[in-house]
Parts: sequence; C-alpha cells; structure tokens
Amino acid sequence: MAEQLAALIIVVPLLASLLVPVIGWWQKKLCYPWVVAVLVVPLICSLGVLNTVMTTGKFSYRLGGWAPPWGIEYAIDHLNAFVLVIVAFISLMVAIYSKKSVEKELKKEKIASFYTLFLLLVTGLLGMVITGDAFNLFVFLEISSLSCYALIAIGEEGAPMAAFNYIIIGTIGACFYLLGVGYLYIATGSLNMADLASILPALYHSKVILVGFAFFTVGLVIKGGLFPLHTWLPDSYCTAPSAVSALIAPLMTKVAAYVMIRLMFTVFQPQFSVDMMPVMSILGWLAVFAIIFGGIKALAQTDIKRMLVYIVVAEVGYIVIGVSVANRMGLTGAILHIMNDAVMMACLFLVVGAIFYKTGTRDISEFRHLNKKMPFTMAAFTITALSMVGIPPACGFFSKWYLILGTIEAGQWVHAAALLCSSLINAVLFFRVIECAYLKPMEPANAHDAGGIHIVQRDEAPLTMLIPIIIMAILVIVLGIFSGNIISSIIQFAVPASF
Amino acid sequence: MDVVYSSRPLWAVLVSMIAAFLILATGEKNRNIRESWTIIAAFVKFFIVVSMVPLILQGKVIEYTLITFYPGLLLQFRIDAFGMLFGLIASSLWIATSFYSIGYVRKLNEHAQTRYFFAFAMCLASTIGIAFSANLLTFLVFYEMLTLATYPLVIHTESPEAIMGGRKYLAYTLTAGCVLLFATGMIFYMTGTLDFKAGGFIAGSGSSAVLIMLFAMLIFGFGVKAGIMPMHEWLPTAMVAPTPVSALLHAVAVVKAGVFGCLRVILYIFGPNLLHDLGIWLIMAYIVSFTVIVAGLLALGQDHLKRRLAFSTINNLAMIVLGAILLTKSSMTGAMIHMANHAFMKITLFFCAGALHAKVHKDYVSQLDGIGRQMPMTMGAFAIAAIGLSGIPPMNGFISKWFLCLGALEANQIIFLFVFFTSAMLDVAFLFPIIYNSFFKKPLDDVAPHFDEAPMLMVIPLSITALLSLVFGIAPDAFVHFFSLTTMAVQNIMGVG
Repeated sequence: MAEQLAALIIVVPLLASLLVPVIGWWQKKLCYPWVVAVLVVPLICSLGVLNTVMTTGKFSYRLGGWAPPWGIEYAIDHLNAFVLVIVAFISLMVAIYSKKSVEKELKKEKIASFYTLFLLLVTGLLGMVITGDAFNLFVFLEISSLSCYALIAIGEEGAPMAAFNYIIIGTIGACFYLLGVGYLYIATGSLNMADLASILPALYHSKVILVGFAFFTVGLVIKGGLFPLHTWLPDSYCTAPSAVSALIAPLMTKVAAYVMIRLMFTVFQPQFSVDMMPVMSILGWLAVFAIIFGGIKALAQTDIKRMLVYIVVAEVGYIVIGVSVANRMGLTGAILHIMNDAVMMACLFLVVGAIFYKTGTRDISEFRHLNKKMPFTMAAFTITALSMVGIPPACGFFSKWYLILGTIEAGQWVHAAALLCSSLINAVLFFRVIECAYLKPMEPANAHDAGGIHIVQRDEAPLTMLIPIIIMAILVIVLGIFSGNIISSIIQFAVPASF
Repeated sequence: MDVVYSSRPLWAVLVSMIAAFLILATGEKNRNIRESWTIIAAFVKFFIVVSMVPLILQGKVIEYTLITFYPGLLLQFRIDAFGMLFGLIASSLWIATSFYSIGYVRKLNEHAQTRYFFAFAMCLASTIGIAFSANLLTFLVFYEMLTLATYPLVIHTESPEAIMGGRKYLAYTLTAGCVLLFATGMIFYMTGTLDFKAGGFIAGSGSSAVLIMLFAMLIFGFGVKAGIMPMHEWLPTAMVAPTPVSALLHAVAVVKAGVFGCLRVILYIFGPNLLHDLGIWLIMAYIVSFTVIVAGLLALGQDHLKRRLAFSTINNLAMIVLGAILLTKSSMTGAMIHMANHAFMKITLFFCAGALHAKVHKDYVSQLDGIGRQMPMTMGAFAIAAIGLSGIPPMNGFISKWFLCLGALEANQIIFLFVFFTSAMLDVAFLFPIIYNSFFKKPLDDVAPHFDEAPMLMVIPLSITALLSLVFGIAPDAFVHFFSLTTMAVQNIMGVG
C-alpha cells in the first residue's frame, strides 16, 4: 500500500495540474479549491510514506514495474520521506494562503495559469525529493525550474527581467547537473542512485568521475543559491508574487540542499566526498561568506521582502556549513535546519505577503503601529523572528545548536563564529522591524485631532491568509520543543551510518 | 544523594507561564481579573517552591526530565540547595513585586499594562527555570528566554531613550548569549555532559589553556547580566524602565540570574580545586574587586536616585562573585547568603525610589530634602535597607559581610578584606546622605508638611521587604531556611573539593 502512496505523491499533482486550465476555463473560482484539495493528497501520502519508513525502514517503488537499474525507481528512506513531508506541507499551506493575495496581485485571466504552474512546481519539487534516479531527478529539476521561471515572471515590475536572469543562470546550473549525470553514465552505464552507489567506489580515482562530481557540485551550488553563485536569487525571489515567493523561498533552496546531501552521502560515499575531494572545505568557506554577505546585504535593505531574500542567502550557508563539517552533529543540524528554516521562511514570507496585501507597503519604516492593526500577523512575525535569532524554545535555536556542535567537533572555529555572528545580525535585522512595528510613535502629522490620540483600527489579514500564518508560527515553537523526538525518530537514521 | 522524581519543578515554572497567557487573554478590559492572575500565580508559585524545601533540607535533590534531545543533552530540572535558594528568593519577592506593581502602574496610569504584566510573568517563569535547571543547556534556554522576556519591560515607556536602552540591553545580552552557546557546545564536546555538579565536572577534560578560555567565555557570558565591569554599561541605561521593573531586574531576575550563572560556573562547572590549579581565581578576584570599588565610587557621583542604586547593585553583585571566587568555605557562604540578603534590601530601596516617583515625581537625590516628613514609612524603609546594605548589625547585610570578610581571611588575602571594608564605607557614603537629607534637612517648598504617603499597595510591600531584611538579620534561618540551604550548598561543594 505504502508503495502506491509513493506514486500518488507525484501522479496526483501532475495530472491535476493539467486539469487546472480546463477548470479555469469553465469556472475561474474553482481553481483555488481544486488546487488546495489536490495538495492535501501529497501531504497525506507523504505522511503515510514517512510512517512506513519509520516502522519498516526504507523501501522503493518501481515505476511501471520495471526493475532497476533499467526502470525508474522511487527510493524512499528517512531522509527524503522527511523532506517530502516538509515540501508537501508547506506547499499546501501556501496554496491555502494564495487565494486573496493572487486575486489582488494578478490579473484575473492569469489565475488559472498561475495555479497550473503552481501545481507543476510542487510536482517538480516533490519529484526531485522522491526519485531514486539521477536522470529522473534532472527531469523534475527542469519541471520545477521552468514553472518557477514563469511564476516569477508574472510578478511585479522588474520580474520579467529577474526571471530572465534566473533562466540563464538556472539553465546553466541544470546543464551542469545534466553533464554530471552524463559523465557518471559514461563511466558506469547506470542512472539509478543505488546502483551508482555500488558501482562508483571502484571508480573513485577515475578522472571522469571526478569531473562529473565537480559538475554536480557546481550545478547544485547554483540551484541552491550558495554564495557567490546566488546572484540570480535576490531579484527573482523579491519581484515574484507574494504567494510564489512564499513557496519558492522556503523550498527551492532546501530541495537543492537535499539533493546535495543525497549525492554527496548516498550516491557518492562520504569517504569520497569528504576525504578524497577538497570540496567540503571549499563549500564550508563559501557558506561562511554566504552567511556574512547575506547578513550584511540584508542590513542594508529597507524593503522587508528584499531583506528576507538576503536572509535566505545566509540561511543556505547554514545548511551548507552543516554538510561541510561532515560529522554526525553537523549533518543532524543541517537536516534539522532544512525543516526549521523552511517553516520559518515560509512564515516570514507569508507574513510579508499579508502585510503587503493589507497595507500595500513593504517598506520597514512604514510599519508603525502594525501591532495594533494586525496583531496576530505581527505576533507570528515576532515569534518567527525570535526563532531566527535563535532564542529557545523556538526551533531556530536547536538547529543552530547542532550546527555549532558540528563545527566544534570539526574544529572549524571560523564557521562557528560565522554562525554566532549571523544570529546577532539577525537580531539587529528583526528587532529593527519589531521596533518599527511595535514601538514607533505616531507621527504628529498623522495624529488625530482628538487629543492627539490616534486610534488604530484593527485590520487583520483575511482568514485564508491568517490561518496558515498562525499554523506556521505555532509550528516554530512546537518543532523546537519536539526537536528531540524528531531527531531520535527520523533524523538520526537519515544521517549516513558511517558518521 | 537521594533523588526524588517529581513534576513540581515543572509546575513551578509553568504556573507563571500559564498566568502570562491568561493575562494576555484577559486584556485591558478586565483589569481586576487580569491582576488577580498575577497574584494567584505568584502565591501558587511560592507555595510550590516552598513545598519542596523540606525535601531539599533532608539532603535530597528533586529531579524532573522534560525532554531528551540527544543522549546527554536534556532539558531537565534538578533542584539542589543552591538552586532552591535562588528559587525561593525569586518566588517570594515576586509576590511583593506583584502587589507593588499593581499599585505603581495604576497610580501612574501606565500604558500597555497587559504587556507589562505578561512580560513580568514570563520573566519569573524563566527565572525559576534558571534556578531549577539541572544542566547548562537548560540554563541557557531559560537564560535566553529571560533576556527576551525582559525586553518589553525595559522599553516599556517607548520613549526614544527607552528604545535606546532596550537596544543596548539586547546588544549586550544577546552577544553574551552567543558566547555562552559556543562555550556550552565546547563543554559538551569535551565532556559529553552538561550537568551541574557540586565541586565541578570539567577538570581534566582539556588543556589548561582551553579551560581558561572556556572560563573566560562563561564568565563573560554571565558577567554581562551580572554587570561585572567592563560589561556593566547596559545596566544604568536600562534604568529608564518603570521602577518595579528595575526592582525586579536588580533584586530578583536578570542580574541575579547573571550572578547565579557566575556562581554555577565557578562552583558547579569548574569547582574550587580546578580554579586553584589553574590559578585564574586570583586574577578573576582582582577584576571583580576593581568592579566593587569603582562601582561604589561611581555611585557617589550619581544624582539620579535609580542610577545611584544601579551602581550600588553592580557593586554588590561583584561582591557576591568575589566571595565565590575566593573559594573558601566562609566566602562562599557569604556570597550565597548575600544573594538573598541583597535581594531583600535592594528591592526595598527600589520600591522606595518608585514610591517617591509615583507619589511626588522626584527622581533625583537633590530633590529629597525633608521628604521623610511627608513619607515617613517609605523613607523609614529606605533607611533600614540602606543601613543593612552598609553591613551594620542587626541587619541581614551584616551577616553576609561577616562571612565575606571571614572568607577573605581564610583565603589569606588581606587585600580583599580591605575591598569589602572600602565597599562598606562607600555604601555609607552614597546612601546615608539620602537618609540625612530626607529626615533632617529643611524641607523643600514642595514637600507637604503632613503625612501623605504613596498608595498602600506600594507602601505595604516595601515595608514588608524592609522588615524581612531586619528579620533575616536577627534570624537568618527564619521562615524558609535561607541559611541552612546556603550551608548545605557549601558543604556539598566543599565535600567534593
């Protein structure tokens, strides 16, 4: 049964996305409920899959019944079952949220195509995570990328340019990945990940494999937006429609990070990726620069969405640091941070979208009295902000804690310092916003005549927006408190046993 | 050592957290109901804490594991004598502060009262969490929560200087938090455990250079909140907060948590033996002595009453740390008991400053001439606490000074004896003029010639804390056995080292 669930995760949103234009042509209003209903399926299926993995261990699903290595195989273990749930959950939340924001930000005739692309993007992301086939992964990578380019391009002014920029760099990244797959195929004659993993160790000294590995790494660094190959990221994420940013900012880079972990520690053995190649120390230092650079650039922004986008750049660095130290603690932190950061980023982008929806501004200095106007939204923002700073018991603290333990174990003091600096930078970033929203006094010119007391009307975001936001904010705390359980029941099995 | 497993430590923490959310839910419209949550939680918390005292006095420890993150990494409560001492101080003074706060905010008609009481309750939850934490990680979790919970209180007035004060506070404490996080990670990596152990657990797990570095980092991390120079700068700035907040900050929650942390580091992570071997105790003692003296001198120059008291706090906290770092039996006793004694005296002094502010809007020492005639109870309590702070018998301040001085002798370091003496003189010098001016100088024109006190909700709590300072001077073991707990904690430490 569980094996069928694995197939449904991909098949349902893929087929459903093809129906969206038809439904939209018939009844525009039905697109939204259709998409939400469809996205419930992958979530339930992935929870079922995760449950199976937790009880019986990893399993695989053969598409069309073809045995690997000839057929395509979906190989599911703790790591990707875990990431699947994250992707499915966040896309459902964003879908629920999207209704009002899409109505406001997009022209009416674009809504059907928006939802088509939305489902395709989710399909692509889920596919990248679930597949056990290196080439199939490329196919899903392209599905998600192409739909992502289009989704970004329908955004605000400047979006087409940003999307074009992204297309060029993103295509280069995808090509690099494809070249890597090609090199591996030349050397091994196989595309199946498990198969590759068993053939490759004998070939570790082959130049073809080395070059293939290098292509993989660079391709994924581009896709993951790691400094200095992040340049496509800020503009495209920032100009995209709110609902799109809220989907891609938490998920795209995380899925790329997942693929990186998968390739480095499953397809290739840790002894190759860590010991034979200097790639870990290169990635580690790039991540340090990403964290510092992202933080400093974020400090310079007055537009909150742009600030968040640069924080995304820094957060990619967090995960890569965890991978690069290549020990149990660090990788635990990295995998935990994939989840935590996805939730936190989703929450923040949803909040920014809701604020933009209500006030039409993203300028931090115009946020005054938002706490009175949108108390729940701002409360969610504050909780998530504290988590970003790393205040326990919010989840951000725990991933940071494991990452720091990892860097200490590896003796990478600069990496540890970068992580700590980053939480201080986050403190400055977020308290600046919180101060503006909660504490800034009303300008005298704006004050009402009635004794100078300005009464701020409560004007909260609509429920379809507010509910996902509040769920995310609660999750930020809950995931923190239960991080111990998550690690002991899932993540510790997702970390390669050799660590 | 017998371990009793009980969920009471958890409830002691949760009670004010639950109250905090009830306060938030009740809101501004039903003020009396909202305030009753505070009061109820304060009493319940106190009774839970007190109910555990007999077990502790029998030499048992109470333990409760909340969450296991990883083998060796737990969120766990364990109450030993020292933790109990701090828990008792915090929970008992919260009752006084709750009543006083209600009087204060209503008298001054403060804005955002819901937020105020919410943050207050959260502060207390974190403080009790700190007191009862079994290991450094749990400590750190609550320590960071405390930082955050205090922020809304510091910026309460929302004036530009309050916001600046808040920023400064966050800058100092969050940096400290980062350093602590790193040090905690290091210790976990080196030893595989973070559990506090009387007499220390870290000895022999690293080279002395690494240990000294860790010690410096930990003391830096906790010293920021404890106001050890040169990390004290935020404390006087944070005096823009309303007075009950300053009182709580100083006597109970924030800075005491810092000192508590320092003592945990000195006595329960490193331990006397290791610090002796490393030889850093003497350096540390000199640094802290510097703080003692300079803070006292700076206090002399302050005209703003609360700032003067703030520097006095820095001075006293440094004395507590000095007592601990002298590493002798008496000095530790003095340090621990001074945590309690200073709490009662300092909260009285701040309450008095707040009463003056609320009633006659006077914040400066120079405005207080003759005020004793109008507000004899407030100034009387002030006098009692000031006398105590200078270490004059029969006040409780004398007891702590006595043990601290004995400790300096036991450590064969006469110089620190003089530090304590000088500090006492400075206390006299910056506190007694206030008493003299308020009672014996010719009243200023704006002083009412008749009895006209602050609201009773303020005067009664401050009288009680003043009275308690006196009672603990005569009978240090009265009511909740502060003294027995202290001697027990010291015995545990010395028994090992």
